[in-house]
Amino acid sequence: MSGLRTLPPLAAYALALGDDALILAQRLGEWVAHAPQIEEDVALANIALDLLGQARTLLTYAGEIEHAGRDEDDLAYLRDDRDFRNVQLVEIPNGDFAVTMARQLVFSAYQYELYTALLSSADATLAGLAGKAVKEVAYHRDHAVQWVLRLGDGTELSHQRMQAGLDQIWPYTEELFDPAGTISELPGVADPATLRSPWERYVTSVLGEATLQLPEPRWRSRGGRDGLHTEHLGHLLAEMQHLHRSHPGATW
Amino acid sequence: MNDPHSAGPAADRRSALLAAARAVPDPELPVLTLGDLGVIRDLRVADDGTVEVELTPTSTGCPAMAVIADDVHEALRRAGAGQVRIRTVLAPAWTTDWMSETGRRKLREYGIAPPGPAAHAAGGPVRLAFSARCPRCGSADTREVSHFGSTPCQALWTCRSCAEPFDSFKAI
Repeated sequence: MSGLRTLPPLAAYALALGDDALILAQRLGEWVAHAPQIEEDVALANIALDLLGQARTLLTYAGEIEHAGRDEDDLAYLRDDRDFRNVQLVEIPNGDFAVTMARQLVFSAYQYELYTALLSSADATLAGLAGKAVKEVAYHRDHAVQWVLRLGDGTELSHQRMQAGLDQIWPYTEELFDPAGTISELPGVADPATLRSPWERYVTSVLGEATLQLPEPRWRSRGGRDGLHTEHLGHLLAEMQHLHRSHPGATW
Repeated sequence: MNDPHSAGPAADRRSALLAAARAVPDPELPVLTLGDLGVIRDLRVADDGTVEVELTPTSTGCPAMAVIADDVHEALRRAGAGQVRIRTVLAPAWTTDWMSETGRRKLREYGIAPPGPAAHAAGGPVRLAFSARCPRCGSADTREVSHFGSTPCQALWTCRSCAEPFDSFKAI
């Protein structure tokens, strides 16, 4: 496929947000039938479905702005890993339930700030999506908070594993707030840097209540927005895209 | 030309088509019609006779939207429409406050607790906790088991009085 550097900036922005949602939806789908309780199978599938809905709107919008005839399916199924713009946080493997909940907490808290900021966007499509999505994300965030509190402030073992989960994903959090190309110069979009302090306030208070330590990682991930990914994304895409690529244009 | 507020054959035709679209049952909760849910935002008959419908999803990832669009299409064709164009609109975001009183009553009778008032005012905090009344015994002594239930718009609850589990429509 053509390189993404030729995408109009607003299309690249919509694609970045859409790819975050799409890839995390795929990851969360892996939990179905593997979660510790049947209610969690249902919860994680529901969250994945909400994210998929957001991704569909965003990818469709990116395709419309690009104006090259690519629809949501072309963008989801026919790009290779270097053309994906998601942050690395969403592509790393699920790990155990605590790792997944740690990621859910930081990502949902980020998305909550993001969509809240986009509510007043000058861009009607982004504002419209945000109005819908912010309600869904409030549920995702609360779901993660409940688990982080229960595991963090639970038994010695659950505390230890929740802290380990947090430590594992923390190096990937800073990337959420990196500027992505010319994004911050676009009217109507949310500058990622401005989301950081409300996000940090929220997450820090949850971790405090959960008796967990704020991790201090010695490295941080970079580059997802520019198409630089971990080796895990290619494997995820192989599974996600296989059917579509094996039967191009199939309908039923 | 097709001002819905004016009387006359054009207005009558629009009303008939709108009634047909509103009568379509929701594929996941067939006890409710699309009219009860409030997901039909607008219906216009264009100058060339094309019927244009605006639908709004209850959630962005609602898997029933494609089926709903097909069913509306089919219902309008049966009501005499020629060309039908269906558009999905996200803004303003659908809220359970748009659900009709009839819809709420039907939900209760079906065994699903209807949504309380949506607390999410623009920019305000999202209040997730409200007490759902048990649709079976009417008790208010209930608790939420999970934020997420059998469809994206429902949560799983259980009643402490009659010990039955039940779905509750999320107030969003």
